Amino acid sequence: MHEVVALMAGNVWKIVVQVGDVVEEGQDVVILESMKMEIPITTEAGGVVKAIRVQEGDFVNEGDVLLEIE
Amino acid sequence: MFSKVLIANRGEIALRIIRTCQKLGIQTVAIYSEADADSLHVKQADEAYVVGKARVNESYLNIEKIISIAKETKAEAIHPGYGLLSENATFARRCEEEGIVFIGPKPDVIAKMGSKIEARQTMAEAGVPIVPGISFPLADVDEAANVASEIGYPVMLKASAGGGGIGMQLVHDEEQLRKAFEGNKSRAASFFGDGAMYVEKYIDNPRHIEIQLLADAYGNCVYLWERECSIQRRHQKVVEEAPSPFLDEETRREMGEAAVRAAKHIGYTNAGTIEFLVDEQKNFYFLEMNTRLQVEHPVTEEITGIDIVEQQLRIASGEPLSFTQTEVKREGHAIEVRIYAEDPNTFFPSPGTITSLQLPRGKHIRHEIAVQSGSVVTPFYDPMIAKCIVKGGDRQMAIANMITALHEYKVEGIKTNIPMLIDVLTHEAFQQGHTTTNFVNMYLSKKGGKTHA
Repeated sequence: MHEVVALMAGNVWKIVVQVGDVVEEGQDVVILESMKMEIPITTEAGGVVKAIRVQEGDFVNEGDVLLEIE
Repeated sequence: MFSKVLIANRGEIALRIIRTCQKLGIQTVAIYSEADADSLHVKQADEAYVVGKARVNESYLNIEKIISIAKETKAEAIHPGYGLLSENATFARRCEEEGIVFIGPKPDVIAKMGSKIEARQTMAEAGVPIVPGISFPLADVDEAANVASEIGYPVMLKASAGGGGIGMQLVHDEEQLRKAFEGNKSRAASFFGDGAMYVEKYIDNPRHIEIQLLADAYGNCVYLWERECSIQRRHQKVVEEAPSPFLDEETRREMGEAAVRAAKHIGYTNAGTIEFLVDEQKNFYFLEMNTRLQVEHPVTEEITGIDIVEQQLRIASGEPLSFTQTEVKREGHAIEVRIYAEDPNTFFPSPGTITSLQLPRGKHIRHEIAVQSGSVVTPFYDPMIAKCIVKGGDRQMAIANMITALHEYKVEGIKTNIPMLIDVLTHEAFQQGHTTTNFVNMYLSKKGGKTHA
């Protein structure tokens, strides 16, 4: 299992995948908003999205798990 | 003159405004979000009131809450600073309705210049050159494609309500335009509540040069020369200077006079800035008008000796301008750099705690800064944490002074763009005055390469 974590503190602006989606390594899965900038977060591993741990609008800290890929 | 002013802003600009108020003997009221409770502007103001939670929508953009604080504290005027509510016509109108002076132009003038499409129409009427393109909102992507092929590619696709590079894209052909249209339109709609799009001819390798204006309520208007703001990343300015190394006296005067003509045409009052794109043949085109104090106003203050915030307060309180165009001096050369909490290579933000801060000192160095050792840079606001302004007898001396200052500027705990600023200032192309908006891409791109997040 691979966990996609937030690279920096910010708000979850958009979640661009759904549970069950097949994703490839390097694909954008979540877009954070930090300091008025959109920060795309990519997955470092391919697989199936097993769980999404955050909701759009949530505040996350650096290192928080955003979603799980299997 | 006012006896009490509320400052509807945060960070360095709030401190900057407080400083001039103190000089003029004006009492100050600060507002702050819960995330800014320990901020310097809260400590420096005579009174400070919490305005809401961390996010700007719940604090610094809460119009009714700000108005009620102004009324409770009996502030006679509100200075909006830059960003936030500074170009919000609704806010200016609400101030007016409540008998509070909004330090800026009239609400209808703000609204007129806030729509880029309407601003283009207005400037054309005033006889100010505009970038070739259309001055009406596009109905759909097919109309965009028709218009673009008439103008000729490459073109800039732009949102009428856009700003900070959002809703704007350079497209080289119809395929790119069709791909870009809907995304930018919906982005503009979600960010600005207005998805109106238009198309302009792309000016190749332009310079971004702007004219600072001051206009009183009695029809007097002067220009305080220009600022060269071409060095940008992500369509945001990074280095600004005055005077521009590119303009000759004749172009400078023509641009200044065009800006004054524009301001008079719309009945502009207070401080404002007209931004122009200038091409390689020194043709200049109206880009937009900023109806507020600009981030980079200090470089103009340094070469003219005029305190622009003081002039804003005087104009808003009903005083006429105390000087004429011929009395506006121009002396030496000033450069400002914006210090951003961000990775110097990827330009990604770097929030965190500043563990140590050491500022360069010298009589030619001016700091506009609202952080200190121990300050937390939160992810809620703009990444700009400070500005450093230096002066020199000429451009070469100013550059040398800035390079020395940047080497002595030490920020620990968060990443900053200081290494990138040193790269700009020490670059031969910058030193020779080849300052165009493509500078960062053209000369620093090997470092600004896209790393995957």
